Amino acid sequence: MTMKVLSGNYAQSYAAQLARVQVISAYPITPQTSIVEKIADFVASGDLNAQYVKVESEHSALQVCISAAALGARTYTATSSQGLLLMHELLHWASGVRAPIVMGVVNRAVAPPWNIGADHADTMSQRDTGWIQFYAESNQEVLDTVLEAFRLAEHPDIRLPVMVTEDAFYLSHTVEPVDVPEATLVDRFLPPREPHAILVPGEATRLGSFTGPDHYVDFRKQLADAIERVPKLLGKIEEEYRALTGRSHGGALPTYRVDGADAVLVTMGTATTTARGVVDEMRAAGHKVGLAKLRLFRPFPDDEIRRLATQVGRIGVVDRSYTFGRMGPAATEVSAALYSGGARPPLSSFLAGIGGRDITPHEVRRMYETLLEGRTPTTHWEDLEEEVTVHG
Amino acid sequence: MAKLTIPAQELMYPGHAACPGCGPALAMRLLLKGLGPRTLVSIPACCWTVIATPYPTTALRVGVLDNAIEATGASISGMRAAADALGLKDVNIVGFAGDGGTADIGLQALSGMLERRTNAIYVMYDNEAYMNTGIQRSGATPWGAWTTTTPVSPSLRGKPEPKKDIMGIVLAHRPTYAATLNPSFPEDFDRKVEHARDLTGPRFFHVFTPCPPGWRFDSAETIALGRLATDSGVFPLYEVEEGRLRITRKTGQLKPVSDYLSAQGRFRHLTPDDVARIQAQVTEDWERLLRREREEIVRSH
Repeated sequence: MTMKVLSGNYAQSYAAQLARVQVISAYPITPQTSIVEKIADFVASGDLNAQYVKVESEHSALQVCISAAALGARTYTATSSQGLLLMHELLHWASGVRAPIVMGVVNRAVAPPWNIGADHADTMSQRDTGWIQFYAESNQEVLDTVLEAFRLAEHPDIRLPVMVTEDAFYLSHTVEPVDVPEATLVDRFLPPREPHAILVPGEATRLGSFTGPDHYVDFRKQLADAIERVPKLLGKIEEEYRALTGRSHGGALPTYRVDGADAVLVTMGTATTTARGVVDEMRAAGHKVGLAKLRLFRPFPDDEIRRLATQVGRIGVVDRSYTFGRMGPAATEVSAALYSGGARPPLSSFLAGIGGRDITPHEVRRMYETLLEGRTPTTHWEDLEEEVTVHG
Repeated sequence: MAKLTIPAQELMYPGHAACPGCGPALAMRLLLKGLGPRTLVSIPACCWTVIATPYPTTALRVGVLDNAIEATGASISGMRAAADALGLKDVNIVGFAGDGGTADIGLQALSGMLERRTNAIYVMYDNEAYMNTGIQRSGATPWGAWTTTTPVSPSLRGKPEPKKDIMGIVLAHRPTYAATLNPSFPEDFDRKVEHARDLTGPRFFHVFTPCPPGWRFDSAETIALGRLATDSGVFPLYEVEEGRLRITRKTGQLKPVSDYLSAQGRFRHLTPDDVARIQAQVTEDWERLLRREREEIVRSH
């Protein structure tokens, strides 16, 4: 075990290095930059033997990864906010040609107005592109999840691209002790990519092509079936990873003190850590509250949400972005999961931490109190109840 | 001069989906003859998406990767990076894109690929409009040409703006090699392809590819029209390597551009003044090309 003090961004870089990625391509954007700077150091020092293609846009960065993956290479890129939005068209291409790309995304607000704070609007607006999406709570979880992401992405039953996201600044630029596993250990967990459906020089092959309605739907259905196999496989892959490193991050929807809870909050990313502390305080004061961390957002863990619903009185979903004209995007997903399930506890959508606002313990406590008092607002902008904290 | 032989090997199947007399089909056929089977081609949205035929068939005996219309430059950078990372030797990496996908929406990715010195060949086959979508004007459509978005009316006589100088843009990046090619001159075409094939670094071909339905001419006349384009000076054949420009076809006296223009329905509405204006521009461009060739030779001595 080697403990290093790493930012979330460096956790991404170390994971890419340990995964022995063969082609990296990236374009700089705040607050992603230190990920790709560190990888540049790894390549320059010889600590990572890879082709690093520095491109003129995020759009081209993703195309480089798609085309390199088409020849069988293991590829990685990283971006944030506007950069991810610019990639949008090619996100569909990547999943459509079943390219097993892993991408680090630092969740950042979308302009205008310009804002570089933590916000999930960037990745939420890409939820229908066929990518698997993980949201990480800690820098350790970032590193471990990136390694697990490569296993998932390249698995013969999946063959899909994966995003591993981290909240801007709360993780990207905050350092924590991180266990960086030995390379030999990672090599056992993540062997070289086994090529499948790739272009081979000298052979008549075509990747992409075009089809009429006769075949198009078959390709869509294969993609749909592949992404639905993720939750089951994730459990197996995490179990293997735990056997090697002693760590597991609890699958798609790890829960905390939810047994017999009157009120449960569903959180994503770093809001989870704050909420966990509030749960302990409120439990100590006799309030039956609990917490569920939405770690896997695509595919959405319907079964886990439905199981949770049978155990709890009320559910509040904390979203760090808003689906205009609807509610928080995670709340809409939880709501959809519950409709077809057995138990349907009252559900509230809390919007908090928009554009880099801190989600404070005070704010989280008020959300629990709202639920415990039996008030269940459809959508509530929690940030507007708080004093503004501006860092820097 | 020794007689050049076009390689006999066919890497394009006859069952393709091109229109009769299609210039881009000839361009691909000749290109692959010169490059050989160890070639991987990235093709954006363009006529060739369709010409290569739909899943599960293919009209090419090489590996083909489809890419988004604006991404060809980045795509071939990625393919080369993977080939290098995986130790794939002796493989030609080729982007094969139309004029819209190159000179308009794909210009940024092309510039990036050239600036990164990607070891690959980028081919712009120029049928001078968005033909796969049904003849809409592109940046490469010439002045005065009718298209469906530059209609002929009392207030508009075809495209009011001149053609974008893609070779000028490419040469500003100082590529390893850049050349203009025309399937109507297959020996010259093949010589340039085989020469560029054995070079390293970014290489660019601007290929003249007539489009019978888009340009409004008889599909039996593609080769003749292509010859007229070069011999009138509308599409001169030249190559640039290490800053040296060399014109590869000179006939002594240029044919009048009216011969070229009057062979196509897309220029049918032009007045004698319009034709004179085009003639003046073509003559001026040709003389500038001759000057550049002389200057480069003087400088190289």
